[in-house]
Amino acid sequence: MSFTIHAINGPVVKVQGVSGFFMQEMVLVSKRRLMGEVIGITESDTLIQVYESTEGIQVGEPVEPTGQLLSCVLGPGILTNIYDGIQRSLKDLASEQGAFISIASKPESLNAEKKWPVTFNVKQGDEVRGGQVFASTPETSLITHKIMVPPDVSGKVIFVAKDGDYNIHEILLKVEAKDGSVRELTMTNRWPIRQPRPVKKQLGVSMPLVTGQRVIDTLFPIAKGGAAAVPGGFGAGKTMTQHQIAKWCDADIIVYVGCGERGNEMTEVLSEFSDLIDPKSGKPLLERTVLIANTSNMPVAAREASIYTGITLAEYYRDMGYHVALMADSTSRWAEALREISGRLEEMPAEEGFPAYLPSRIAQFYERAGMVETLGEATGSVSLIGAVSPQGADFSEPVTQNTKRFVRCFWALDKALAYARHYPAINWNDSYSEYLEDLEPWYKSNIGRDFSSLRALMTKLLHEENELNEIVKLIGADVLPDDQKLTLAIAKCVRVGFLQQNAFHAEDTYVPLEKQYKMMKVIAYLYEATRKLVEHHIPVRLIAECGVFELVEKIKYDVANSELALLDEYPKKIDQALAKVE
Amino acid sequence: MTQKILGLQEVSGSLIAIDNARGAHNEEIVEIESAGQPTRKGRIIQLDGDRAIVQVFAGTSGLSRTNTKTTFTGHPMELSLSREILNRTFNGAGQPIDGLGAVYAKAQVNINGLPLNPVARQYPDNFIETGISAIDGLNTLIRGQKLPIFSSSGMPHDKLAIQIVRQAAIGDEENFGIVFGAMGVKRDVADHFRKSFEETGVMEKVCMFVNLANDPIIERILTPRCALAAAEYLAFEEGMHILVILTDMTSYCEALREFSSSKGEIPGRKGYPGYLYSDLASIYERAGIIEGKPGSLTQIPILTMPNDDITHPVPDLTGYITEGQLVLDSALHQNGIFPPISPLASLSRLMKDGIGEGYTRGDHAALANQLFASYAKVVQARSLASVIGEDELSPIDQSYLKFGRDFEGTFLNQGFTNKRSIVETLDLGWALLSTLPVGELDRVDQKLIDANYHPENASRILELHMVKE
Repeated sequence: MSFTIHAINGPVVKVQGVSGFFMQEMVLVSKRRLMGEVIGITESDTLIQVYESTEGIQVGEPVEPTGQLLSCVLGPGILTNIYDGIQRSLKDLASEQGAFISIASKPESLNAEKKWPVTFNVKQGDEVRGGQVFASTPETSLITHKIMVPPDVSGKVIFVAKDGDYNIHEILLKVEAKDGSVRELTMTNRWPIRQPRPVKKQLGVSMPLVTGQRVIDTLFPIAKGGAAAVPGGFGAGKTMTQHQIAKWCDADIIVYVGCGERGNEMTEVLSEFSDLIDPKSGKPLLERTVLIANTSNMPVAAREASIYTGITLAEYYRDMGYHVALMADSTSRWAEALREISGRLEEMPAEEGFPAYLPSRIAQFYERAGMVETLGEATGSVSLIGAVSPQGADFSEPVTQNTKRFVRCFWALDKALAYARHYPAINWNDSYSEYLEDLEPWYKSNIGRDFSSLRALMTKLLHEENELNEIVKLIGADVLPDDQKLTLAIAKCVRVGFLQQNAFHAEDTYVPLEKQYKMMKVIAYLYEATRKLVEHHIPVRLIAECGVFELVEKIKYDVANSELALLDEYPKKIDQALAKVE
Repeated sequence: MTQKILGLQEVSGSLIAIDNARGAHNEEIVEIESAGQPTRKGRIIQLDGDRAIVQVFAGTSGLSRTNTKTTFTGHPMELSLSREILNRTFNGAGQPIDGLGAVYAKAQVNINGLPLNPVARQYPDNFIETGISAIDGLNTLIRGQKLPIFSSSGMPHDKLAIQIVRQAAIGDEENFGIVFGAMGVKRDVADHFRKSFEETGVMEKVCMFVNLANDPIIERILTPRCALAAAEYLAFEEGMHILVILTDMTSYCEALREFSSSKGEIPGRKGYPGYLYSDLASIYERAGIIEGKPGSLTQIPILTMPNDDITHPVPDLTGYITEGQLVLDSALHQNGIFPPISPLASLSRLMKDGIGEGYTRGDHAALANQLFASYAKVVQARSLASVIGEDELSPIDQSYLKFGRDFEGTFLNQGFTNKRSIVETLDLGWALLSTLPVGELDRVDQKLIDANYHPENASRILELHMVKE
């Protein structure tokens, strides 16, 4: 039986009559075979959202079912690639079609010709289970791709290929199930993007995702397997924050989803990541990165899918036992895509025209984060960091509010800080991290026993400064008593010397936890030492004149990440400077 | 396929419904003849079985259920393009209105364009010297960037755009062109632009698409697309460096809102359609440079913020798409400062890669950073002064107040005819910083301070740059 288009409204196409389509089935629409997905079935119609421009399509053109859910192709060759929202390789599209993306073509997501050197670790007669690693191949110089038995396959191995070079379609393994059926396994398999991949068990979070950004690692840390939101108006630095984390965080794999954002930003990531060298491995950062770019001018339905494509790829690498961090920039554009399609379907809108199922979709997305024991009994994690672009920088809008409910880490970007070029513009009064307690044991045993108390001191100083500023705004700083003036001076050291971080400075762009800890120690020492002077009625003005505050504020530039021992000399330097005051 | 259909079923606002339209293509162009009236064009926006919903560009007045003949052209909205479009004027729908006849067509181009593959883009890092300190020094314009001007009624945004056109060294003479798209502007504004282009002597390099305030609103939706199709052709086929000026984007968005509500769509914020972001992106994203092609497309859209409100959906969504913004400040304007570019609210996202050694000068980034930070403190000092009085301020805050006055009086206020080289701009910046105590310079390192902090020369340099009234 053949099906034909009955109605077209933007990216939504309707097929009339009783059909055999199932929900979320991938279909091919029109003679041009545009990718689409079934999003609604009524008594009389089937509704399909099309992932490409529907310009020029006619009523009466064919619609072809594929019998598959909308899915990703998983296998070696994903890393270093750049895909659009439905996993078409943009590099291949560019070499096929030139600079502009014309419609209707589905190049293979993975290179079919390339031969991968495969090493097996099972032999004939072994029992294998779903999720078990049966072979591996070096995908990039940094990452070994572990080839797994698909989750729904288990049984006895009746054939193993020899170690050697294979392409992604050659048969590597044959598995006989209990019922006698035989499955032939290659390096690749497909997975529906809207279904979370199964795991053996969820583990709690226990270690931080170290980003090298002081305000994050120290004040508002995110756990490996955690979820964080970065809301902020335009120009507040969402994208910069995401880029910094993508560059420097200690995840094994980065999935960067540019969802409805600027084309030039993706170009920047692509070229910058090829050039940037990871300090830990000495290899280009791109070797551990996959990019998904569905820019704002690309079809809106594919934008909706891009988030799921990204997280499916992330889960796939998690199942190999890697720690994966996914950046989604921006989830608001994804929510807007939902709203646009919902509007075309004439669904009843909830808040601000967003569909009523917005909160549940956001929840489903963030719940795919987590630290897990995989089916293959390895430990892996997916950490999610979603940017939110609230309209008019108003955090009370639905996307920000609903995101807040499902993440435990909230980095509120502040326009006022960005205007003053205080970057990263993460506002310390509005941000929070609920992972602090989970991570405390890790910080204690890996960094320093007093890490938490130092952090508490920083927070306390900033909080006191905030309260004092209310008074300063009314009467000026000059009339404050000296101990409060000192609080302001030290808080400024925290803000300028610690929280502010220069992403364009070779040393300051990434700071190891060890240095963050020692910097805090120096600031705490400075506070102690100067407080004693103030108790002896020495005015803060005199203390400031000896340049001790500038000395501490410039530590971030003066002490290289490779010479942390220098930091141990700062208490002595502070004492020497202060000695001149007395 | 061409077929003629007699009559129509429904008229609602600018939309008509036509039955028996089997075989029509989504988004194709139709021609509507009706007795005694000029032929109108329209575009199919929705198909449902045999019925086609058509958006009529020139309005539906005079149409009845029986007096129309509709022809389906079988192709989408296209523009005839060649290098001859320079020095020509078209209406908002791409028809010539300068009486010089049709354009010789070297190419027929779909005005909606196609999305540019991010892989094929070249990251823009080529500095354009506009000769305006507030732009060159603090919010550098980069070739291939989209940098809008956020303004409001009564502000000199047109004057600023003209100054940029006049002073900007976008490419060498031969290869430089301007595409000007006017949406819903008053006749005198369009004339003013034309006159200024003529005075500057660039008219031969200008292609104008003009939709005046009383022209049909549906054409207004096409105007930026026509302008950008022309610009893309000139930039990427003819290898020219094109500057596109689009004014006023707020009128464009209002036209879109009017059209959306006539379609009965569910409105988003302030009645604007929920897809306003995607729609604006389909315009603004058509800027950039393609790897391996000689030309470039730089966009300066101008929009007026209703009620000076930067959180209004139009400036808000624009800011999320464009690579920064130049915000005009009414307080600066009232103080007689031109151009009144607000230093704190303005931003150029591409600046970081287009300045520094090899582009402008090694100290540029640190200097700009310090100027921003210091000016932010001026604002704090001023708000404190407004409460406790200037005399009560600490000496440091007093020096910030003076810095603020000097900064606005020299660096920002440079006048309409004054062109400063980037070196002059940067030196002026250092002269300004030199009026502050050296301990206040916390964004620059010691080496730069040693080389550039010269309080003894500051007042002489500032004197030089004070605009004499």
